[in-house]
Amino acid sequence: MSDLKLMKGNEALAEAAIRAGCQGYFGYPITPQSEILEYLAGEGRARGMVVLQAESEVASINMVYGAAGAGARVMTSSSSPGISLMQEGISYIACAELPCLIVNVNRGGPGLGTIQPSQGDYFQSVKGGGHGDYRLLVLAPSSVQEMADFVFDAFDLADKYRTPVMILADGALGQMMEKVDFRAYDPAGHVVAKPWATTGKPKTRARNIITSLHIDPEKMEQINIHLQEKYRLMAENETRCEHFHTDDAEFLIVAYGLAARIAQGAVEAARAEGIRAGLLRPVTLFPYPTEAIRSLADRVRGVLVVEMNAGQMIEDVRLAVEGRVGVRFYGRMGGIIPSPDEVLGALRKMVKEDVAQHEEAY
Amino acid sequence: MEHQMTQPVSADLSCVYERPGTLTDTRFHYCPGCGHGVVHRVLMEVVEELGIQEETVGVAPVGCSVFAYNYLDIDMQEAAHGRASAVATAVKRMLPGKYVFSYQGDGDLAAIGTAETIHTANRGENILVLFINNAIYGMTGGQMAPTTLLGMKTTTSPVGRTVETAGFPLKITELVAMLPGVYYVSRNSVHTPGAVRHLKKAILKSFQYQKEKKGTCFIEVVSNCPSGWKMTPLEANKWMVDNMFPFYPPGEIKAPK
Amino acid sequence: MAIKGTVAFNVETCKGCELCIDACPQESLGLSGEINAQGYHYAVLVKDNCTGCVNCALVCPDAVITVYREDRKSGKVPVARISNVTENLTVTLDDERNNP
Repeated sequence: MSDLKLMKGNEALAEAAIRAGCQGYFGYPITPQSEILEYLAGEGRARGMVVLQAESEVASINMVYGAAGAGARVMTSSSSPGISLMQEGISYIACAELPCLIVNVNRGGPGLGTIQPSQGDYFQSVKGGGHGDYRLLVLAPSSVQEMADFVFDAFDLADKYRTPVMILADGALGQMMEKVDFRAYDPAGHVVAKPWATTGKPKTRARNIITSLHIDPEKMEQINIHLQEKYRLMAENETRCEHFHTDDAEFLIVAYGLAARIAQGAVEAARAEGIRAGLLRPVTLFPYPTEAIRSLADRVRGVLVVEMNAGQMIEDVRLAVEGRVGVRFYGRMGGIIPSPDEVLGALRKMVKEDVAQHEEAY
Repeated sequence: MEHQMTQPVSADLSCVYERPGTLTDTRFHYCPGCGHGVVHRVLMEVVEELGIQEETVGVAPVGCSVFAYNYLDIDMQEAAHGRASAVATAVKRMLPGKYVFSYQGDGDLAAIGTAETIHTANRGENILVLFINNAIYGMTGGQMAPTTLLGMKTTTSPVGRTVETAGFPLKITELVAMLPGVYYVSRNSVHTPGAVRHLKKAILKSFQYQKEKKGTCFIEVVSNCPSGWKMTPLEANKWMVDNMFPFYPPGEIKAPK
Repeated sequence: MAIKGTVAFNVETCKGCELCIDACPQESLGLSGEINAQGYHYAVLVKDNCTGCVNCALVCPDAVITVYREDRKSGKVPVARISNVTENLTVTLDDERNNP
């Protein structure tokens, strides 16, 4: 059943949360994502959600911990500096294996930065962010439609793996208005048993304890081994990426989120010029589509990574490519959005240098 | 549990007190004479007597009582340092029919957790906040706390706390009592049988008020730290009465008429 | 006639903090000369004038004390409601060891 609306990214995400059966939202205002809190404070509350504007992002993430530990489907959202504040809580949530959704609407940084969009939180999202050996499952939307779709997926994945899931968007995706079609989804059909939750212990079971404290190092190692196994399973089953003109591509662009949309425009323009360009768009940033990039690296002549940061995902691309072919970078920082023309220019440069290098082959 | 008797138990004696069944069998790791053990025991006596073991969820802090969940036989969550009130807030909001309490020391509640403490109270969350104040950081080896008295020696105030360096001891309980969302505030202790009985009454009232959705109940237990203060338990209790009570006087600070 | 009572201590859990000894209005309690497996001198009854007032158990931080008291109110004979009681055990105190 189609339910088509024209909405702002942040609001589409919030509406999807309500439809996904989110029971609690605990958050704090920060530009460019305050609309999520505001939408839920109005619409969410009206439709039965517990929505609490907490005193800080620190309080927010700890409320998510408490509510998730009590067995509820819950989420929070923030933007870069606020996500930094949440890192301790996220580490605790990951170790205690609590399902939840955390949305980061990435803005320019570092520091207080700018409210303009950026992809400078890639490392923070994918390589940890908080302390210890844990990972977040990270979904990177590149349209308002995906801002909505990924919410349903995120809650289900969180429950499936008992793990925190992040949607890593950016300020432009949060603010832009596009058509969105909300999928048919009955939360009642997506309820997962949570026998581990602290709901008050009946006589029939021992008490449940939600904790991340394991002082005995032997025990802590077992916990870590278990978490790593979980992440391995996630890598096996949940890795997602999108291919655009990669079948016969000679030059590959790798980009995610908004940068991927811009790169897509550049690929189309390049094709019109006769350059056999293609785009590989990672959709899960963790687990990363290493294999997809590796197999493409076997047959392309160059890889261009386009990001809105100083070069973060490029490290994962280089790991995947493992020296098979040259990897270049094009990026803008601090909240500036590159244009398709700029990306096309970088692509042309890569092609020209490749031609110069292989004059004999031509 | 083994008992060793010094005289035979004859048939005409009834058992008038025994360890509550709502405590687990695990030996408490607290130092000999530490007030934590008494508070845990009294809290669980109340849970047992009210018959709410199946409906109570507690939140443990970071501090000496970080392992409270090993001793209290109820569903519990371990909070990050200072955040127990926020965690308890969310548990209560999602499970409004349960009895929820947070249990915190002076660093957890009045240093790193000050924002969460004040705002939980300001929102009038229907929970019990149990605050164990012994004016020192026990678990980490005896550093100064926000509630450390002027002149009191700790590892980070080796010549005694001074106003110039560390400001004044923080009367967080009085601050919290000012908030309209807070319904009941009591300051207690556990150093005498009478004091223990008063604490038990305060906890009983708090659970009753929670059932009636009256708002936040806040109980401060002025307690000892024999290890941190470098005294025997008996000496520590005497020191507490002589030095802590004048500044943190026990009594009901805010109670319904 | 003073009401009769007695107490039982969980020897292995007692930490010898002496708070019960201080709280007892009858001065019935003392520390044993023996130590338990944790190395603590545990609390014991040293006199038989216990009235079962519960003061000791109220201040005990480790909940090691069970208190018994005779019930004079009703006509029926009450029964001690505990299990695992080892009866007729005596505790050796310092003076007893030195003066057998």
